[in-house]
Amino acid sequence: MTLFIQQLINGLALGGIYCLAAIGLTLVFGVLGFPNLAHGALFMVGGYVTYTLLVDVGLPYVVAIVCAALILAVIGVVFERLIFHPLRHAPHTHHMIATVGVMFFLISLVQEIWGTGFLRMESPFDGRMTVAGAQISTQRIIIVITAMVVLIALTLFLKRSVHGQSIEAIEQDRTGAALVGINANVVSMMTFAVSFALVAISAGLVAPIQLLSPGMGESLSLIVFAIIILGGLGSLPGAIIGGFFIAMAEVMASTYISVGAGQAAVFIVLMAVLAIKPTGIFGTVVQR
Amino acid sequence: MTTLLRPRLLGVLLIAIAFLVAPMLVSGQPYLLRIVTTAAIYAIAAYGLNIILGLTGQLSLAHGAFFGVGAYIVGLATTDHDWSFWTAFGVAILATTVLGYASGLIALRTQGAYFAIFTMALGFLIFIIIIRWESVTHAHSGVSGIKLPESIGPLDFSDPVVLYYLVILFLAGAAYMTHAILHSNAGRSLVAIRTSEDLAKSIGVNVGVSKQLAYTASAGFAGLAGGLFATLNGFIGADSASIDLTFQFLLFLLIGGMGTVMGPVVGSVLVAFLFELLQGLESYRFIVLGPIIVLLVIFAPRGIVGYLNDFLTSRRSRRASPPPSGGPDGRNGGADGRSGSGPDQGTAPDRPHATSAAAATSEGGL
Repeated sequence: MTLFIQQLINGLALGGIYCLAAIGLTLVFGVLGFPNLAHGALFMVGGYVTYTLLVDVGLPYVVAIVCAALILAVIGVVFERLIFHPLRHAPHTHHMIATVGVMFFLISLVQEIWGTGFLRMESPFDGRMTVAGAQISTQRIIIVITAMVVLIALTLFLKRSVHGQSIEAIEQDRTGAALVGINANVVSMMTFAVSFALVAISAGLVAPIQLLSPGMGESLSLIVFAIIILGGLGSLPGAIIGGFFIAMAEVMASTYISVGAGQAAVFIVLMAVLAIKPTGIFGTVVQR
Repeated sequence: MTTLLRPRLLGVLLIAIAFLVAPMLVSGQPYLLRIVTTAAIYAIAAYGLNIILGLTGQLSLAHGAFFGVGAYIVGLATTDHDWSFWTAFGVAILATTVLGYASGLIALRTQGAYFAIFTMALGFLIFIIIIRWESVTHAHSGVSGIKLPESIGPLDFSDPVVLYYLVILFLAGAAYMTHAILHSNAGRSLVAIRTSEDLAKSIGVNVGVSKQLAYTASAGFAGLAGGLFATLNGFIGADSASIDLTFQFLLFLLIGGMGTVMGPVVGSVLVAFLFELLQGLESYRFIVLGPIIVLLVIFAPRGIVGYLNDFLTSRRSRRASPPPSGGPDGRNGGADGRSGSGPDQGTAPDRPHATSAAAATSEGGL
């Protein structure tokens, strides 16, 4: 039972990370209609930027994450302007190929700046807490709480603020949104900024419990793709439910079956969903 | 007609001659010959990707994994199981084709972005199997001591030059098959699917069967290339099944020209030499190549051969009909031109140059 509670909280923490990363991906898909294959690479960049701000610049942990999110948001806007805006009339294969180029660039840039080795980021919250008899590292609790706060803030932003609603409007109907005077360019930039900021936050949160390496994005990217496919491409609740579901499946399978099974669980879910219901659980709304 | 075809024919002949005399040019430099041979092998795989991406417009990201499956079958069968190369090679081609067919049955139920993600997952799955199934694949230690092809009559494949010509033979076959597909009904169906899947369906193209065939063939090409790669290298590791390899093939295709007959080979050889030039900057390589991919896809999505085709077509149409016959029907013109005449027939007679990238690529160069 102790083990179960421990793994439950591990799963929740991992789920929080996955959610934040997956929401970024699903937002970009919803608004622009293509999967950003460089999303994992941006996760990695977010992790390294947080590391530098924390270790080299010496900012406090929370401030470092916020700054990293802001930096990534700026990068997102720059990418949208330089790469995806010029491609807006091109077929979607071209967008995907462009994101592949971005991915290559970011991975080798990170290798060049920070080296190919593993980096360890010390958590400022490295204590342990006892919850119902189970030993839980404080960092995981922090992850769960932060993820919840960010998710609530994001939901409020998307549902209540004018800017957030304009993102949803574009997702639902691009022409209709343009007719009521929503500027699709601004929305695209905003979507990239939010998406990249979220992925930076998730990387900053997970960095203290995992090592940083140039390969960290690659393993994440397949998982987040599995999540948004499971939830339905472009669906926000889908990304949240999918994130926690995949995280739980992964944690529980590797605890009670084997580590390999944990890894395989993600693939099995992904392949099964694609083969049986490719539009995912909530994916009927934003089909084009 | 023959005079009109000459520039294209000339180009093809020049490339063919360059490949035939290459061993003489680089004689005494086995390293250079090896680079050219490797580039030719990659070109065969790029031809496979060309069929599914260039002709049919479906981004398959499992291509590197199929290449790896071919390489591993040849590698493992000739070392651990002591098969002859030729048997292993035949089995590798067959097995990747079957794997392509079987995965296509599921993968092709999806479209567009979903297809890309599905094939990416498939590629990762194959990669993970290779690095996890240690008892069979030796995981991280790789497969070494892979046999060279057994000699056939006087042909002794332990001579790198003879092996080179074997690869070139397959490369020529791949190029010819692409040419043949492009000018068959099946090829025209594929191009129709690339332009618009719904439209193709509405005019009676069997979209499912066409895509299935294209995907199966592309997997077979990748397996063939992988088998040759294994025997040439003598050693393979899990990186010959990685998604990075898929992205490299993508780069070759993008530079050479998607959907063209000579694009894959031009792109592969150019990039192979570009890689060599950048060798000193090993780690900077992708810092340069990443932005190149992005710039190409924004500003020059049709690739070198694509633009050459355009250039020749526009020159010819200018000569053929002095007053341009009007731009608006460019799309129809393109379709007619494609079905109407001989090899390497161009696209629209006078496509307005200002058409957006979307229209330009859906028209496609040949």
